[in-house]
Amino acid sequence: MSASTLDVAYVADLARIDLAPDEKALFQKQLADVLGYVNQLQKVDISSVPDTPIDPHLPTNVLRLDEIRPGLPTADALANAPAQANSLITAPKIVE
Amino acid sequence: MTYEAVIGLEVHVQLKTATKMFCGCRNQYGAPPNSHVCPVCLGYPGALPVPNEEAIRMTILTGLMLECDIAPVCKFDRKSYFYPDMPKNYQISQYDLPLCLGGRVLLDKFAFPKETQKDPIAEAKKPIRLVRIHLEEDVAKSFHYDQASGIDFNRAGTPLMEIVTEADLRSPEEAFAFLTTLKQILIYGDVSDADMEKGQLRCDVNISVRPVGQETFGTKCELKNLNSISGVRRALQYEIARQIDIVSSGGTIRQETRRWDDTAGQTFLMRTKEQAHDYRYFPDPDLLPIRTDQGLLDQARARLPELPAARKDRYVADFGLNDYQASVLAADRRLAAYFEQAAAATQAKVAVANFLANEFLATEPDLDQLTLPATHFSALADLVASGKINSKQAKDLLTEMLASGEAPGDLVKRLGLEQVSDTAQLDAWCDAAIAANPRSVADYKAGKTAAINALKGFVMKQSKGKANPAVVDQILQSKLR
Amino acid sequence: MTLATLSLTQLRQKLLAREISPADIVRDLAARRDAVDPAIGAYLRFDADRALADALHADISLPLGGIPVALKDNINTTGDLCTCASRFLANFRSPYDATVTRKLRAAGAILLGRCNMDEFAMGSSTENSALQPTRNPWDTQRVPGGSSGGSAAAVAADTAIVSLGSDTGGSIRQPAAFCGVVGLKPTYGRVSRYGLVAFASSLDQIGPFAGSVEDAALLLHAIAGPDPMENTSRPIPVPDYTAALTGHVEGLRVGIPKEYFVEGLDPEVASAVRAAIDWFANHGARVTEVSLPHTPAATAVYYIIATAEASANLARFDGVRYGHRAPDAKDPLDLYRRSRAQGFGPEVKRRIILGTYVLSSGYYDAYYNRAQKVRQLIRRDFTTAFESCDIILAPTTPTPAFRAGEKTADPLQMYLADIFTIAANLAGVPALSLPCGFSSCGLPIGLQIIGPHFAEETLFRAAHAYEQAHPWKDRKPAL
Repeated sequence: MSASTLDVAYVADLARIDLAPDEKALFQKQLADVLGYVNQLQKVDISSVPDTPIDPHLPTNVLRLDEIRPGLPTADALANAPAQANSLITAPKIVE
Repeated sequence: MTYEAVIGLEVHVQLKTATKMFCGCRNQYGAPPNSHVCPVCLGYPGALPVPNEEAIRMTILTGLMLECDIAPVCKFDRKSYFYPDMPKNYQISQYDLPLCLGGRVLLDKFAFPKETQKDPIAEAKKPIRLVRIHLEEDVAKSFHYDQASGIDFNRAGTPLMEIVTEADLRSPEEAFAFLTTLKQILIYGDVSDADMEKGQLRCDVNISVRPVGQETFGTKCELKNLNSISGVRRALQYEIARQIDIVSSGGTIRQETRRWDDTAGQTFLMRTKEQAHDYRYFPDPDLLPIRTDQGLLDQARARLPELPAARKDRYVADFGLNDYQASVLAADRRLAAYFEQAAAATQAKVAVANFLANEFLATEPDLDQLTLPATHFSALADLVASGKINSKQAKDLLTEMLASGEAPGDLVKRLGLEQVSDTAQLDAWCDAAIAANPRSVADYKAGKTAAINALKGFVMKQSKGKANPAVVDQILQSKLR
Repeated sequence: MTLATLSLTQLRQKLLAREISPADIVRDLAARRDAVDPAIGAYLRFDADRALADALHADISLPLGGIPVALKDNINTTGDLCTCASRFLANFRSPYDATVTRKLRAAGAILLGRCNMDEFAMGSSTENSALQPTRNPWDTQRVPGGSSGGSAAAVAADTAIVSLGSDTGGSIRQPAAFCGVVGLKPTYGRVSRYGLVAFASSLDQIGPFAGSVEDAALLLHAIAGPDPMENTSRPIPVPDYTAALTGHVEGLRVGIPKEYFVEGLDPEVASAVRAAIDWFANHGARVTEVSLPHTPAATAVYYIIATAEASANLARFDGVRYGHRAPDAKDPLDLYRRSRAQGFGPEVKRRIILGTYVLSSGYYDAYYNRAQKVRQLIRRDFTTAFESCDIILAPTTPTPAFRAGEKTADPLQMYLADIFTIAANLAGVPALSLPCGFSSCGLPIGLQIIGPHFAEETLFRAAHAYEQAHPWKDRKPAL
């Protein structure tokens, strides 16, 4: 893996963060350094680790009964909303 | 050149649990906005999910009903994309280890639209293969106004199954039959009410066309905003024609998402396929894996109901119903249960089926209104079988019974419908008939046996329809011999 | 004499003897805070009036009855701000209690104030706080460590008796070492994360800061235990940790990982830690060398897994339901991009971008998947090592507290400050830092004690015995 494959502008777009041009350039350099460092992992021999999609150390089946618990009053749910109307949280119009 | 359609469906089904998928908020349609919410389903900082075991059982049960392989172990993954109706901007879903894999749905003949039930394809019990079923959380509901969108998070975090089919469907009618059959099964399992108009069952369609005989698929379009099963059929009919029109005139189909407008009867371009989404799936570190083989699978299996197809076969084999009656009664879980109650109380099971499947259903009833005891239907069937009323009277009685809710026996007395089988009375009516119709008597004696019908008609008229036709026939024949 | 310098244990004795009241403690802390915190900046908010009101109702019969506890500002408390030291949440008022908050209330504790931190717990110096700087009480030119720098500095400066922090890659132990206090990262699953604003879900743990091992043990006892609201909390009973404080280490098998005594380790830190090891050897512990061969890869693994999880955890900060909303957004996309650009500081942005990248299509296997496998190897290292020892002793940090501004320009150098603490998070094992001496310029040095899963009792036993013999905690910063 080459650190140059990280295109900060593209990834910032995926992450929905606007970056100023100088921020973009700075992050590009800093993150290239970090990636250069983490690339040492490519050299670690991982052949002894089984290729299982689930970590075998994890416990399983910690579940919840289908029982109703009190939630938030509507007023509390809306209290932090930057904008609201008619008990709905409003946002800039979604255009499909 | 003739073309065929290739159709695959992605069906989202809301589970009818009491609470949401990962929190204890009520899972309820139609509540006041933002009244069933908490830090978890609002995606508040620090709130964490805990899975609802009932939703997992219901999904396993669905998998069992649809002949899927149930994964012994599965996990939840985060699917990242930003959207205002998604509280965390990732959806807890299942990526590479879904709860159910494979499976199939057999298309029942009577699940096809009525006018196409006689087509050979409807007779074929065609299997539609499933790719998978996974469990995820639903998103919130948005309302769009001029300047802004408003979001109600009551639906956010409710449990949702995604059922994905192989591209095995070849016509709008097959898609109709698939959804109809699927809906029946979901209701049978009591996992969902599957009402498309309430959004409990939502369907995205992938559709392409290709020349018959070609192996490779054409470029597909995705259809959205399908709000009823018949709407799916209409949208597909339109879209197939549109696509065939384009390719047969030398054009090419663009991969795009199109919106069905049921009023206009057309699909409209929503968006062309921009660059593929990058969902950045990874296992949700807040959630532990699920093992189905330590109780959940057995619990789901214990709930496995007799499915519509099996029930239909049983009605044919055990009760002697015809295919149509059996299918129609088995198609609806409540109607089937009602029928079985009624059938249990009489030997005249076919008559009960007939009243329910042929007479009652022809009135396009609302099954919610079917409140009278099922044994009324049993009693009605018994009255016919014992000859106390004839079939014409039975129909009238049924109408009266549905309207008033009175028991058939009471109605017979109140309306004076009981058949007259008293021989002295019938004898007198027969004598009168013979005296009043010398010509028919002569014809009969000359060998025109059908002439006896005129005499019978006279008797029925005299008796106001109450004479027992079988006994009248016997008396007339003996008098004319 | 002020009550602010007393330990939790001492204050409890005085409360039970009716020599003092909870309000006396709050008043002394408030006075101390007014006197010294302006130079430190440990607290983001300190509501003395409310704490006094709560003190009047405190039930001292409860385990922490009448004891004020300061919280890192990423732990939700109903009705309080919970800023995570971020502009994004500067006005966010939480509608719910974290499980630890609920447990503290149930134990009779008084919620005192909220401590500064690196924004969203991302950092090792508390310099990433968007709200204010925090300085090290031992040398205000230096950082307190991070990300729980405020929680550590408050205890070190005697403006808090005890406090809670969170530790994802060393965020409790590193500031504890820098500030000369006791800090514990419990076993993953020991303390519920419900209500802790998530940084990296598979690594985060809430843990105590205290002036003494016994105080840390009492505080852990109050907050630990299974939680039906938290899927990864484990159903393991919470022992009476104070019963483990026997004062001796006889028979304890102590492992010394050779990979922690390497180039880059400050000589003064090395010799302080070596001296502590010798003490264990001389007091009946059996000291052996062990190997944790994958230690050098830990930081790399951490910066992949932690940032990947963070990129998803912080996606919820979008300006829709709460937090900062950029004005006049023309559509949701515009809203997200600008709200997040304005609300997040540079380190948070960097980590979100790195985490988004390592999960993105085409790179997942090379980064995230591989990092998870190396994480298994790191975990295995500990399992193997704990076959031959009961605890592992190591330095907490390669150096004592560094100067403010020293590493801010170079994120990678900042990341390497956590080189000795990260592995315990990756393996999920408990680890404690306690003072083991001072550098020639008077800065505290931390000794790290790492144990097997759910062996907090053993850590407390070893730390307490060492502490009894080495009253470093009696040395106080000149403020």
